[in-house]
Amino acid sequence: MNIGMRKTLRERLAILSDAAKYDASCASSGTVRRDSAASGGLGSTEGSGICHAYAPDGRCISLLKILLTNFCIYDCAYCINRSSSNVERARFTPEEVVWLTLEFYRRNYIEGLFLSSGIIRSSDHTMEQMVRIARDLRVTHNFRGYIHLKTIPEASPQLIEEAGLHADRLSLNIELPTDTGIARLAPEKRPEGIRRAMGDLRLKIEEAAEPTLVTKRRRRFVPAGQSTQMIVGADGASDATILSASGRLYASYGLKRVYYSAFSPIPDSSKSLPLVKPPLMREHRLYQADWLYRFYGFGIGEITASRPDGMLDLDLDPKLAWALGNRAEFPVDVNRAERERLLRVPGLGTKTVKSILSVRRLRRLRLDDLARLGVSIRKVQAFITAEGWTPRRLIERPDLEAMFAPKPQQLTLL
Amino acid sequence: MRRVVLDGCGDFDEWREAARGLLASGVAPGQVEWRDRQGENGFDFDGVDGAISPPGPAAGVLQPTVPKGFIELAQAVICHSDPARYAVLYRLLWRLQADRRLLELASDAEVARAQLMAKSVRRDAHKMIAFVRFKEVPGASSPGGRRRFAAWFEPDHHIVARVAPFFQRRFTDMDWLIATPKGAASWDGDLLQLDAVPRVKPDLADDADELWRTYYASIFNPARLKVKAMQAEMPKKYWRNLPEAALIPGMIANAEARMLEMARKAATEPQPYHHRIREAAARAPGQAAAPAGTLAALNAEAMACTRCPLHAPATQTVFGEGPQDAAVMIVGEQPGDMEDLAGRPFVGPAGKVFDAALAAAGIDRAGLYLTNAVKHFKYELRGKRRIHQRPNTGEVQHCRFWLSREIELVQPKLVVAMGATALSALTETRHKLADIRGEPIAMKGGRMLFVTVHPSYLLRIPDEGKRAEEVERFHRDMGEVGRLAAAI
Repeated sequence: MNIGMRKTLRERLAILSDAAKYDASCASSGTVRRDSAASGGLGSTEGSGICHAYAPDGRCISLLKILLTNFCIYDCAYCINRSSSNVERARFTPEEVVWLTLEFYRRNYIEGLFLSSGIIRSSDHTMEQMVRIARDLRVTHNFRGYIHLKTIPEASPQLIEEAGLHADRLSLNIELPTDTGIARLAPEKRPEGIRRAMGDLRLKIEEAAEPTLVTKRRRRFVPAGQSTQMIVGADGASDATILSASGRLYASYGLKRVYYSAFSPIPDSSKSLPLVKPPLMREHRLYQADWLYRFYGFGIGEITASRPDGMLDLDLDPKLAWALGNRAEFPVDVNRAERERLLRVPGLGTKTVKSILSVRRLRRLRLDDLARLGVSIRKVQAFITAEGWTPRRLIERPDLEAMFAPKPQQLTLL
Repeated sequence: MRRVVLDGCGDFDEWREAARGLLASGVAPGQVEWRDRQGENGFDFDGVDGAISPPGPAAGVLQPTVPKGFIELAQAVICHSDPARYAVLYRLLWRLQADRRLLELASDAEVARAQLMAKSVRRDAHKMIAFVRFKEVPGASSPGGRRRFAAWFEPDHHIVARVAPFFQRRFTDMDWLIATPKGAASWDGDLLQLDAVPRVKPDLADDADELWRTYYASIFNPARLKVKAMQAEMPKKYWRNLPEAALIPGMIANAEARMLEMARKAATEPQPYHHRIREAAARAPGQAAAPAGTLAALNAEAMACTRCPLHAPATQTVFGEGPQDAAVMIVGEQPGDMEDLAGRPFVGPAGKVFDAALAAAGIDRAGLYLTNAVKHFKYELRGKRRIHQRPNTGEVQHCRFWLSREIELVQPKLVVAMGATALSALTETRHKLADIRGEPIAMKGGRMLFVTVHPSYLLRIPDEGKRAEEVERFHRDMGEVGRLAAAI
C-alpha cells in the first residue's frame, strides 16, 4: 500500500464489509434480555432478533458485519480473503470499529456488531484486538447491544474466556463437513483444533450456567451460545454427509445454529473451485432439513434416506419428501394423533400443531377450522383425517407426487 | 341502537371504559354502533345528532371479568386502524362472559379475526422498531450535553405509544423524537412524551447515512439475487423512509453483470505479499517435537491417529495421562462424552465415581497413569444426544497398538483393568470378569494384573440398595489396589 494513499474510512468500510459477506450468520436473537433503562447508557437486547434491513439477496441485515482486517496468512481456496487473492486489502483500527458500531447503532441501522478478522501475525494477536473492541464497547461505552465475535482457531483459552464475558455469541466456522475436505481446500486449518475449541467452549458455557455456591448466581458467559458455518457446493460432500456433520456438531458442542452457505463465485476466484451459480435451492433444502432435525423430531438418517445418492430432493421440501416416501404413516387424524405424529404432516408447523392440540380439547376439528388456523388445506388434505374429512385413497394415488411438484421454470444461464 | 364514538389512536382504556358500561347495561353487540371520532374521510362525528359519549359503568354493578389473555389481545387489537376493531373486541368480550375458554378456540372465526388483527399490529410494531432511522439534529445538543436525534416513520396502525418504551429502554443516553402521521414520541432522559397529534414529514439529513449506504451496498452478494425474499420482509411501502432503499434498483440491475464479470475474470497471479507469507511459514520453526521415546512424543503421535473409523466423529484422541514412572496403570474402556470434550480421561460422571473410590482408598490420582483401552469416544446420535456405544473387538484390537506402547514406556508394576473391555485389551485369554475380579494375577514381564468393574457400571444400577453394595465392593477393590501398590 502506498503511503499517502491511505484509504478513507468509507473506502475501507466497503472493502471490509464486502470481505465479510460470505458469512451467512446475522442472528441477533437468543441472548439475555437487557436494556439501558437503569444504566442510562446505550443499547438493549430483548430476546427476539431484529432485522433492520434486507438486501436484494434476501438476506437480513441485523448486525454490522465486518472484518477487522482482510489481510490473512491463510490460503483457504474458497475464501475471498485468502493470501493468494488479489482483492484490495484494508484494516480498521479498534477505535474505528467501536466508533462505527456506536454511530450505526444510534441511528437504528443495526442491533450490534458481528466482528470477524483475517489472521494477521498470529491467532492470539488477532483475537486480542477483537477482544479489545468488545471490551471497549461494553466497559468504556456502556454498550448493551448485541456482540458476535468470530473466534480465531488456536487462540489461547484466556482470550476466549474474556471474549465470552463480553460477547453474546461466539462462532468458529468448521467450513467443510469432512476433514479431508478441509485438508484439501483449507490446508492451514486444523479441523481437530476447531472441534477441540468448540468442545472447550461448550464446557465453559456449561460451567458458567451452574449457579455459584455462594451467590447462587449464574455467570453471564456467551448467553446466545456458539454457532458455526459450512460451505455447500465447494467440495463433493453430499447432503447426507453435511447433515450428519451437523447432527454431530449440534450433539457434541451444543451449537445454537449450523449455518449453510452456498458457495458463490468470489472476485479473483481460485482455479480449484467451481465457478457456477451458488446452489441456493440446495442451501434452502439443507436449512429445512436442519429445522426438521431440531424442531420436528426427525433423525438425520430419516431425512436423507429417501435417495441413494444422499442428496435431498430439490423439487420437494424434505418433510414432503419424507411423507411421500412413508405413505403408510398417513393419514394422521388431527383429532386424535399425538404431537409427534402431527409434526410429521407436511403443511403443519410447530405453532399450528400447538393450536390444534389446544382447540381439540374443546371441539373436534373440521377442515374449515384448520383453514382458520392458517393451514393450507390444499397441502395437508391428502395426509390427514378430520371431522367430516377422510382423504379416501388420495394417499395411494400414483400422481400424488406430481400434485406437489413445482411448475417448470425457464433455466437461466450463468 | 347505541352509538359510541371513540378517539381511537390505540387508547385501550378509552375502549375499556365504554365496553364496561355497555356490558353492565346488558347492551348486546348487535345493539352498538362503534365509531371513530375522526371518520374515515376526516368526517368529524362530534356534534352529529345521535352521537353520545360512552356511558360510564352503572353504580353497584359488578365489574366484568375476563381471562388474562384477553387484555393482552385487546391491547394489541385496539391499535389496529380498522374501524371494526371496537366491535370485534366487544363481541369477544360479550361471548367470553358465557364461554370463559373461548380464546383457546383459535379456530373460531371471531377469535381468528382478532388474532389476525393483533398479528398485523405486532408486525407493524416490529417493523417500526426495525425501520425507524434516526438522524442527528446538527448543532443542537441539549443542556446536559446529550446528542439529539429525530426520525420520521409511517406506521399502518396506532402503535406509537405501544412501541415508544422500546426506544426509551434502548436509546437512553440520547434525546430523540419520532414523528409519525399518527402522533409522536419523544425522550429527553427524564420524560417519555406521547401524543396522537398527526405530524408532517420533517426535512432531515445525516452524513452517517452515506456510510450506511456504503455498508448496505457492500454486504450485498450479487450472486444470490432474491428480490422476492427481500420484499416479503421489507415491502416497498417502507422504502421511501429508508436511506438505503434508493440503491436497491441499481443493485438489482447490475447484479447479473457483476456475477458474469467475476466468472469471466480468470484468477490473477498472487501478489508478493502471498509469497512472503509462504516463505515465512516455511522458515518458521514448527512446534518443537518432543524427544522420541517419551510419553509426550507418543501422545503427539496418537493425536493424529486414524487407524480406525472412530476418529472421524470424535472431537479428539483422549490419550493417557500421568507420570512416566508410575507404578500403577489404570485402564478403562473408552472416553465418554465429557472426556471427549475435555481431552482428558476420567473427568465425566464415571470419573467422579472413580475419584471417590480413590479418595476412600487414600490413593493419590496424580501418582497413577490413567488411560483407556480405546482412545476415541464411540457414540450413536439419538436426537441431540450422543449415546455411548461399547467399542467392538476390532476397535479394541486397533487401539491395542497404543495401549501396548504406553505399557512399554511406563513399565507399570500393577495394571488395573476396569471392566470387560479393558480386560480383553490386556489379555489374550478369555476370562469372565467375575471369575478373576479382586485377585492379583501374574502377567508377562513380571507385572501384576488386577481386575475390577468399570465405574460407569455402578452408575447404571437402578436399584439403590444393590448400587450401594456394588459401590462398597468397588471401594474395597480400590483399597486392595492401594495395598498392592504399597507393597511394590
